[in-house]
Amino acid sequence: MTVAIGNPMIRMPSQAKNGEIIEVRSLIMHPMTTGLQKDKAGKIIPAHFIQTVTAEFDGKLFMTIDWSIAISTNPYLAYKMRAQKSGTLKMTWKDNQEQSWTATAQLTVA
Amino acid sequence: MFSNPLPRRDFIRATLTGGAVVAAAGAGLLRSDSAMAGDVPGWPAKPFEDKTLSSAMMDSVGKTSVAPSPKVKLTAPTIAENGGAVPVTVEIDFPMTADDYIDAVYLFVDHNPSPLVSKYQFTPESGQAYFQERIKMAKTDHIRVIAKSSKGVLMASTPKEVKVTIGGCGG
Repeated sequence: MTVAIGNPMIRMPSQAKNGEIIEVRSLIMHPMTTGLQKDKAGKIIPAHFIQTVTAEFDGKLFMTIDWSIAISTNPYLAYKMRAQKSGTLKMTWKDNQEQSWTATAQLTVA
Repeated sequence: MFSNPLPRRDFIRATLTGGAVVAAAGAGLLRSDSAMAGDVPGWPAKPFEDKTLSSAMMDSVGKTSVAPSPKVKLTAPTIAENGGAVPVTVEIDFPMTADDYIDAVYLFVDHNPSPLVSKYQFTPESGQAYFQERIKMAKTDHIRVIAKSSKGVLMASTPKEVKVTIGGCGG
């Protein structure tokens, strides 16, 4: 059985007023193993977890997150962003085994 | 590849470089505070690998005690049946202007194997220092949050106790 991994998703309003603070919700599939658990054969399951998440709007970085092994499997994340212009939100997740994923969402500011 | 074999000198150099990487990775296993081979550049390994709350606080905010402020709001359930996924919401009541804003927010679980859980860095474009995430808790314990303003002012949440029925860190 393979473990589901990746498939990042972003949910946020597609339209906002200038200056409005909007909530962005996101989800990604990831095992987030701690390196502290053993499998049935008694072998340590290696740590495999997302270490950083970044959010940029139209290429400008505005939030950086560092995560530990204590973030739950399939990490859910919500945060806020100030809507100032129309453009593209891009999120990037990176794990400790040199894998990374990105997702984008469009915002129209009236 | 076969039409242009690697010259012997380059082959030896490549082998030596590879050996150095293996040696560095080996050192990482012995020294818990050093970054492992696959770590994302810039990820702060030291505070994340500290085993006690006081050392994790020292290595992240530079203090072992920070006064609580009503501006730092931490919401978590009083009882969590599953310690593997405890929902937390953090909200800092602080204006996010270009000259003064919440720069960093740290979340700790006092007695987790590694107490520092997450570090968020915000900018004025965030609009508000706010996040929701789900965390693992090994047992019934306290969660606490420390926020740092861009001018260096530290403020803490009131520690919040969560009763955990089934721990979420394994072992």
